Amino acid sequence: MPAIEAKNLSFTYAGAEKPSMEDVNLSIEKGEFVILTGPSGCGKTTLCRCLNGLIPNFYSGELRGGLLVDALNVDGRSTAELATHVGFVFQNPENQLFSLSVERDVAFGLENLGVAKEEAILRVNWAMKATGIFDLRNKAPYELSGGQQQRAAIAGVLAMHPSVLVLDEPTSFLDPKSAEEIVQIIAKLSRELQLTTLLVEHRLDVVSRYANRVVVMDNGKIALNGTPREVYNDKARLIGIGLPKVTMLFHLLRKDGFDVNNPITIEEASVELKRLLPQ
Amino acid sequence: MISTENVSFHYTAGSEVLQNVNLEIKDGEFVAIMGENGAGKTTLVKMFNGLLKPSEGAVLVDGVNTREKSVAQLSRDVGLIFQNPDHQLFAETVAEELAFSLRNFGFKEDTIQKRVTSLLTTLDLKRYEKSPPFVLSGGERKRVALAAVLAWDPKHVVMDEPTIGQDYLQKDHLRNFIVQIISQGKTVVIVTHDVEFVAECKPRVVLLSRGKIIADGPSAQILTNEQVVEQASLVMPQIASLMKNLKNLNPPPNIIDAYSARRFLSGKLKGELEARAPAQRR
Amino acid sequence: MDSPIHRLDPRAKFILTLGFFVAALMFTNIIALLVIFFIQVPGILLAKSGKRWLRSLRGGLFLFIFIFVMNVIFLTPIVTSLGFAIRFLAIMSAFSFFFMTTSADDLGLALEQIHVPYSISFTFTTAVRLVPTMAVDAQTVVDAQRSRGLELDKGNFMKRIRNYVPILIPLIISAIRRSVELAEALESRAFGATEKRTPIVILRMKAVDYLVILATFMGVGLALYVYFKVPLPNLVIPIQIPRLF
Repeated sequence: MPAIEAKNLSFTYAGAEKPSMEDVNLSIEKGEFVILTGPSGCGKTTLCRCLNGLIPNFYSGELRGGLLVDALNVDGRSTAELATHVGFVFQNPENQLFSLSVERDVAFGLENLGVAKEEAILRVNWAMKATGIFDLRNKAPYELSGGQQQRAAIAGVLAMHPSVLVLDEPTSFLDPKSAEEIVQIIAKLSRELQLTTLLVEHRLDVVSRYANRVVVMDNGKIALNGTPREVYNDKARLIGIGLPKVTMLFHLLRKDGFDVNNPITIEEASVELKRLLPQ
Repeated sequence: MISTENVSFHYTAGSEVLQNVNLEIKDGEFVAIMGENGAGKTTLVKMFNGLLKPSEGAVLVDGVNTREKSVAQLSRDVGLIFQNPDHQLFAETVAEELAFSLRNFGFKEDTIQKRVTSLLTTLDLKRYEKSPPFVLSGGERKRVALAAVLAWDPKHVVMDEPTIGQDYLQKDHLRNFIVQIISQGKTVVIVTHDVEFVAECKPRVVLLSRGKIIADGPSAQILTNEQVVEQASLVMPQIASLMKNLKNLNPPPNIIDAYSARRFLSGKLKGELEARAPAQRR
Repeated sequence: MDSPIHRLDPRAKFILTLGFFVAALMFTNIIALLVIFFIQVPGILLAKSGKRWLRSLRGGLFLFIFIFVMNVIFLTPIVTSLGFAIRFLAIMSAFSFFFMTTSADDLGLALEQIHVPYSISFTFTTAVRLVPTMAVDAQTVVDAQRSRGLELDKGNFMKRIRNYVPILIPLIISAIRRSVELAEALESRAFGATEKRTPIVILRMKAVDYLVILATFMGVGLALYVYFKVPLPNLVIPIQIPRLF
C-alpha cells in the first residue's frame, strides 16, 4: 500500500480560470525520499496542500480525483485530523512559530490535539533532541537563526508523529551552509524514522544525493518522474529546472562528443573523471 | 563611485553591526556583497542611499558625503531594490506603481508616461499595465519592484537578495538583465548568498563576516578560497569543489562555473583519447 | 528579563494592578493619589524596569498635561486638577507595570486558565508577539518608499497625510499575507482540533502569589478606611482663575 497515492488529481483555485494542477497520478511508497520540483507556478505547492487538507479546507476551489494518504482517503477530512498523518513545514520560518519559547512551540501541535501532558513532554523532548535543538528549548524563537527556526518547525511537526513529511522550499530563506545542514537533518530523520518525505526544492545540487526519486512538474502536470539520474536529462533542462552544476557540466561534455555518464553529485563526477583520466 | 571610509555602525552602543569597513566601488562595476545572515550586508547597502548614516566614518557617493544629502537626493543616483516587493507595492495599477517614484523626483508628466510605457515593454509587463500589482505572482511582483526602481534610471543599482524565491529560469532572466544594464554603464551591487548565481555572473565579490570585510576580489578567486568561504557561512560552487577533487589533473586555478570546467576537461579528455588511439590502431 | 516580580503569577499581578486601579479611582485628594503613584516605585525597581517605566511615563506626558489643562479650564481647582492628572498617571503606570513584567505567553496561559475561549487568548498573545515584527516591517516599508523618493517630512498637512498611503497599504498587505501564512501553519498544527487543549505548562499559584493577593486586599481595605475615616489635608493654591465663560 503506497504511503501517498494520487489518481487523476486536479485542482482549480476558486476564481481561477484554469487548473493549477491537472490529472496528477503519483504513487509514493513508504519511506521514500522524493524531491518535487519545477518552475514557479507549476503546481508543486498546490499538490502539497492537497496532502494535509489545506486544499480544500483552507483554499477553496474545485478538487477532483482521488488522494489516499497513509491508506486514508483525504476526502472530507479536516486539516487538523490529517495533521497527525502529514507534517507540513513551510518556507518562512518566521510565520510558523507560535510561542515565546522553543519548547512550547514544539509542543503547540500536541497541545492542540489534546495529548496528555506527560506524553506531550516526552514527545517534545524527543523531537527537540532528534533535530538538535534541545539546548535551545528555553530560548525565544525570534532569538534563533533561520536554520534553528526551521529545525524548531520540523521538531514541532515531528512531535505529532506523522508518517509523511512535506516540506515546501524550507531552505529558501537560509544561507547555503544552513541549507545544507537542514537538508542533512531532514534526510537523516527520514531514514531513521522511515518517514515518507516530499521535499519541494529548487536547489537540486544540495538535495539530489538524498533522493530516491525526483518528480518534475510543469504547468500543473507531472512531466518527469524517476530517479535523479533518469530525470536530469534534456527534457528537464528544457522545462527550466536548475540541474546540479556537475550534471550540467557532463551534459556539456556529452555535447562535445564524449561518452560520459550522468553524475548527480560531486563524488560521482570525481569518480567518473578519475576513471576517464587516470594519471 | 561609492566609497566607505572606516565605516562603523551600531544600533545600540556595544553591538557593532559594521566595523571599520573600507570599500570602493567604481562606476560601472558589478559587485556581489556576500556573507552569512546578520553579517551586516543589508546595513551596509542602506548606507549607500543614506537610509542609515554611519556611526563612525563616512560614506561618499560620487564624491559627496551622504550626511550632506537627503535620502531622496541620494536615491536619485542610487536605486535600492528591497528583498520583499510587498514592502513597496501599493498603487492601484502597475503603471501607477512605476510612475510613483518619477512623480516624487519631479519628472514631467509626458516624460513619465514615456518612461513607464518603455519600461513595461522592456520588462515584459505590458499586459499588466492596468492591473493592480497585488494580483500578480511572486516572480512578477519582483519584476514590478525592479521596474519601479529602474524607472528613474539611477546611475547605481543595488539589489538586496534578488534571487530568493526565484526559480532557475527567472534567475537566468535576472542574470541577462544585469548584464544588459551593466553594458549601459550602470554600477550594479547585489547582496546575496546565492553562490551558484554569483559563480555564473562572476562579479567582484566582497565577503562580510560579523561586520568586517574578510575578502574582496574576483569571484573566481574568493569563492575557491575554502577558508573565507567557510567563515562567511557559504559553500563553494559545486564546480569549484569538483575541481578541488581533481587536483592531480592540474586544472587552472579558479574554475567556478560549468563552461570553464568544460573547456578544461574537454581538452583533457581529447588529449586522453588521442593518447590511447595509437595503441588501438596497432 | 527575570526578577521576582516577573516570576509572579500573572493572575496575582493582575489583581494587584486592579487594586491600584480601584484605589486610584476612589480618591480625588492629591496626597492620597501621590502615595498610590509612588508606592509602585519599589516594585518597579525590584523588577529592574526603572528605565522602561520612565519611558512609558514620558509617553503619558501628553495626556497628563491635557487632563490637567482641561480640568483647569473647566474651573476645577488647580490642585485637584493636578490630582486628576496624577490619578491618570498612577493607573497608567500600574497597567504598564503589569504588561512590562508579564510575557505574552504567560498572559495567554493565565487567560486560558480562567477559561477565556482559546481563540481569544491566542489572538491576543499573537498580536502582542507580532508587534515587534510589524514594527520591523513598518520600518522596512518606510525605508523602501523613501528610497523611491518619498519625503515624509515635506509638504502641507494634506500632502503629508496622503504621503502615508504608500506606507499604510504595503503594511496592511504584508500583515494580511503574514496572517494567511500563519493561519496555514496553525491549521497544519491541528489548531482547533479539540476544545480541551492540554498545555504543557500550567500556571500554579505559589505562596508568594497568594501573599501578593492578600497584600492587595489589605491595601484596598486600608484605602477604603482612609477614604471614609481619615481626613486628609486639602492643599489649596490660592490662584484665581479668570472666568473665561
